[in-house]
Amino acid sequence: MINKKDPSYENYFIQSILRETKSIAIVGLSDKQNRPSYFAAKYLQSKGYKIIPINPITKSKTILNEKVYKYLGDIDEIPDMVDLFVKQDKVKDLVDKSIKINPKTIWLQLGLFDYTSEKKTKSIGINFIMNRCPKIEFARLSGELGWAGINSNVITNKKILLKK
Amino acid sequence: MTNDNKNNAYGFATKAIHAGAHPEYVTGARNTPIFQTTSYVFENTKQAESLFKLQEFGFVYSRLTNPTVSVLEERLACLEKSRAAVACSSGHAAQQLAFASLISNGDHFIASNKLYGGSINQFTKTFKNFGWDCTLIDPENVSNFESAIRENTKLIFIETLSNPDGSILDVEAISKIAKKNHIPLIVDNTLASPFLHNPIDWGANIITHSLTKFICGNGTSMGGIVIDCGNFNYLADNRYPSMSQPNSSYNNIKFSETFGDFGFAMKVKADTLRDLGCSLSPQNAFYIINGIETLHLRMQKHTANALKVAEYLDQNPKVSFVSYSGLKNSKYYKLSKKYFPNGPGSIFTIKLKKGYRSCVSLVENVKLLSHVANVGDTRSLIIHPASTTHSQLSDAEKVKAGAGPDVVRLSIGIESVEDIIQDLDQAII
Repeated sequence: MINKKDPSYENYFIQSILRETKSIAIVGLSDKQNRPSYFAAKYLQSKGYKIIPINPITKSKTILNEKVYKYLGDIDEIPDMVDLFVKQDKVKDLVDKSIKINPKTIWLQLGLFDYTSEKKTKSIGINFIMNRCPKIEFARLSGELGWAGINSNVITNKKILLKK
Repeated sequence: MTNDNKNNAYGFATKAIHAGAHPEYVTGARNTPIFQTTSYVFENTKQAESLFKLQEFGFVYSRLTNPTVSVLEERLACLEKSRAAVACSSGHAAQQLAFASLISNGDHFIASNKLYGGSINQFTKTFKNFGWDCTLIDPENVSNFESAIRENTKLIFIETLSNPDGSILDVEAISKIAKKNHIPLIVDNTLASPFLHNPIDWGANIITHSLTKFICGNGTSMGGIVIDCGNFNYLADNRYPSMSQPNSSYNNIKFSETFGDFGFAMKVKADTLRDLGCSLSPQNAFYIINGIETLHLRMQKHTANALKVAEYLDQNPKVSFVSYSGLKNSKYYKLSKKYFPNGPGSIFTIKLKKGYRSCVSLVENVKLLSHVANVGDTRSLIIHPASTTHSQLSDAEKVKAGAGPDVVRLSIGIESVEDIIQDLDQAII
């Protein structure tokens, strides 16, 4: 059984990751415009992040005008973040593969958990986030989520907490 | 909804003043500005396309989104401990939006027969013309909900605290039936406000409000809201195709899949509000936002005044019945303590011993209470429901709804309580 207890993260922790990150390898990024992974990637790209699509199945050579790689190990540059948009049963293996390329952050999308890997990555200084979406977190901390009437649970006396 | 950060620890009053409203981006304006505009300039054609495909958050046209209105939406979503909200032009519009987003011609829904008369009208006449079949049931016996469920039953609708007589429904028991049958439960929370009651704590999936009442507070502005609790799985079966099937307006996305736990709110806003057009004006949103900032203070005074007035009326020999469930002799007292520990609102009915004639005389002779068709105002209000708010109902329906000919409805305001009592005392015969 997978422990699906929702973790809790401080705003400043997510904020600092989203500020320092410049490139995001998205494992499982779809080339179909109506898929949630495409929505997230397109939004993050519009905010200035370099998106590196990882997709072993697609025939598309590019997604969102970025070259598609089949596997994490194929990328030439080290991404600041690896974002896993995959099924839960693939998570452990892909976290291990992500660790090998040594990103600053490994991020598991909404619905994905891996408490064992969290311990491992933390011990080697890699940030680890579970059950969150970087698009929603960016929108939440930049105030944009509230534009759609969604509860951000952010109360602040600053104009915004996050700007790219 | 994910386990959010420390802001969840803020108290109700802090949230009522701050949620959704950080200083304005450009000017730093501390109070929420009124964005009195219909439309918004796109950065470029690419951004415009993304906005139309719902791939970005932003403003296109004020029929759908407006920065003043969205502050109100986020604030109510926060106060109801929920995921997202969609504001609209009235409480009736909120009901229309919630229903139209989930059911279609040939579907069935169940509603309590203890509702605001206007809602019973809306459900059994106009909604019926849309092919939405409503069964009204007596909510006193909770098993009536279960026995009314059919194969095509798509929604259950209740008011925990009912208008006009302030009777209380066992929302927790009702939500268990809804959950067991995988049917979303809509709770209208207008008469309580989120300060007194949070339906999500007892299993609600969708909350509606008339913002016109306690939330705005001073009777200036009409408004309504639909709140998505974010706790119903519309993908579990094929019963809610508007949520689980590809939507042709938006590149075949599925609302529940693309937007997860705020999928219902996105459906209400991007599809139903877009097409029905019952938007809230930014000016009204502004008045309502300012009203909410004192909601917690007003509700404490409303409930304290209501209890004192109800206790006085209960002792008045000319009064045969007081429906306020905060009174120890009320049959709802136990449920009242469970669901409304800070008081069961300030709206209730009384029956006068001398019947219809004395009811009319009371309404005619009060000098402070206002004779209006509204509730939840800072001012104390009075009305004779049988001849006004509930007049479209049949005689039998009136009695079932707690609005028979010998009944007067009171909405106790926040004036000096001895003045309210004095006014009633001189007018009751």
